[in-house]
Amino acid sequence: MNILISAVNRLFRFYHDGFRTMSWWGKRVWIIILIKLFVIFIILKIFFFRDFLQKKYETDEQKSEYVLDQLISK
Amino acid sequence: MIENVDLTLVDWSRAQFALTAIYHWLFVPLTLGLSFIIAMMETIYVRTGNEEWKRITRFWMTLFGINFAIGIATGIILEFEFGTNWSNYSWFVGDIFGAPLAIEGILAFFLESTFVAVMFFGWNKVSKKFHLLSSWLVAIGANLSALWILVANGWMQNPVGMIFNPETARNEMVSFWQVLFNEVAVSKFLHTISSGFLLASMFVLGISAYYLLRKREDFLAKRSILIAGIFGLFSSLLVAYTGDSSARTLAKTQPVKFAAFEALYEGRQNAGLVAIGVLKESDRKLGEKAVNDFVFKVQIPGFLSVMTGGNKNAYVPGLYDLVNGNPSQGIMPVSEKITRGRTARDLLAEYKVAKQNNDLQKAGGISGMFRDKKFIDDYFRYFGYSFLGKPEEVVPNVKVTFYTFHLMVMLGFYFILVFAMALFFLFRGTLFKNRWFLWVALFSILLPYVAGEMGWVLAEMGRQPWIIQDLMPASAAVSQIGSGSVITTFILFAVLFTLLLIAEVSIMIRQIKLGPKH
Repeated sequence: MNILISAVNRLFRFYHDGFRTMSWWGKRVWIIILIKLFVIFIILKIFFFRDFLQKKYETDEQKSEYVLDQLISK
Repeated sequence: MIENVDLTLVDWSRAQFALTAIYHWLFVPLTLGLSFIIAMMETIYVRTGNEEWKRITRFWMTLFGINFAIGIATGIILEFEFGTNWSNYSWFVGDIFGAPLAIEGILAFFLESTFVAVMFFGWNKVSKKFHLLSSWLVAIGANLSALWILVANGWMQNPVGMIFNPETARNEMVSFWQVLFNEVAVSKFLHTISSGFLLASMFVLGISAYYLLRKREDFLAKRSILIAGIFGLFSSLLVAYTGDSSARTLAKTQPVKFAAFEALYEGRQNAGLVAIGVLKESDRKLGEKAVNDFVFKVQIPGFLSVMTGGNKNAYVPGLYDLVNGNPSQGIMPVSEKITRGRTARDLLAEYKVAKQNNDLQKAGGISGMFRDKKFIDDYFRYFGYSFLGKPEEVVPNVKVTFYTFHLMVMLGFYFILVFAMALFFLFRGTLFKNRWFLWVALFSILLPYVAGEMGWVLAEMGRQPWIIQDLMPASAAVSQIGSGSVITTFILFAVLFTLLLIAEVSIMIRQIKLGPKH
């Protein structure tokens, strides 16, 4: 148990020290990463890129039915 | 039929996917190649103990980090687009796409959260050897990550290892190994990663040339040119070799695309490979499409036959053969493929009616036919043709395909020359005297990006109208959504990616001007 706690502690310190002593460019790119992830996963995914079939149908059977119709009727 | 589909929606959905993929590909190849260059440099540091090599490694690692961080997650948008704009396709491909992409996602997560962190945070905190191991694992992992994406793309170009299930309207994987070792996927993977190695080598060469032009960082620049020159020359030769084997595979699996590469309309034996040529639309027609004739061309006699069939007597089919058929060469006309595709589609319609009427025996019988090898080979493999109105619709834009292919090949030879010259001047000790070459190397940084994007334009436009070769055209794959929303997100992406690119270039230029820490 002590070994596990020590390992987690060392891992935490490893990342903590890494972020704390980060260079200028490192801080800049992290800001960009966070903004980008927000835009991609919050704005784009929620408001613009909802899964078309997921939005229209609940079950896989309904989705299969719809796509089958599409394939036959196009 | 294809003419009933909103082509504005199809075109905008394609344009959006192209825009996203093109921007994504601005970030990926540098990661693929630079990770290996860094690992090689660090290996020299660990073996020699020379602190200068550590400084060199850390400098290139900084540029790698900027590119890696800005590029990360830009590819996820492509997956969003599959679900929103290409829902019929996403459903139809079933788990064929899901499995490789899931492996890629898991791999990328573990890679990024562990070994990249060790690379950047681990200096002086972990042992030299563990740090080196992490750098190599990042390089190998990043390239393996690309493998899974290219396996998925390879399946779209040459669908194998699956069976279509009419009950779920999905393709089900029957052989993971067939999907993984699909000949298109293998050659595409090797060609793509080697082009990434080449791009990164040119990047290192160009920036090192900049330092020599500014008369600074002499040691770093020369050592970097040594690594980039050797790795670049090896990679550019590998790109040429894998490009040749890709073309050979293509001639077999996507002959229409291959004929369009060479603007070859009339098939022949002893077919020559066009080295340089200019096309012009003629009065001749292939169906309703105008035929492109050569205004002039320089060709290597017989080379195309040798390349595809191993000897000069090998017959290389042209677009006329492939569209109208050529019984003497065993080439089926597209009109026949359309008929066979419609037979498969009619059977699918019958299946649906049988299910609606609760005629389980008939539905089961039809379902069994879609698993029958003879039916698959004779009918289902032409399923996508049933959506086409006219046979000539299988021909992609010949001018775009021809010019992108030839420009890419010309650039390929140019890269071999640049790397060979870099090594020649370096070993002769005349790099400083040949400032013109340093300028050439600096400005050549952009050219592998151009060649790489050309490669993707060629691969994806050259296979039109197909989203899945022979099974599904893009028009049948698109979701029934308004084109207005696709146009809006197209503009959003253009803005987002341009901002990311500006951010990357400006941070990178700042770091390059700053140079390595002393």
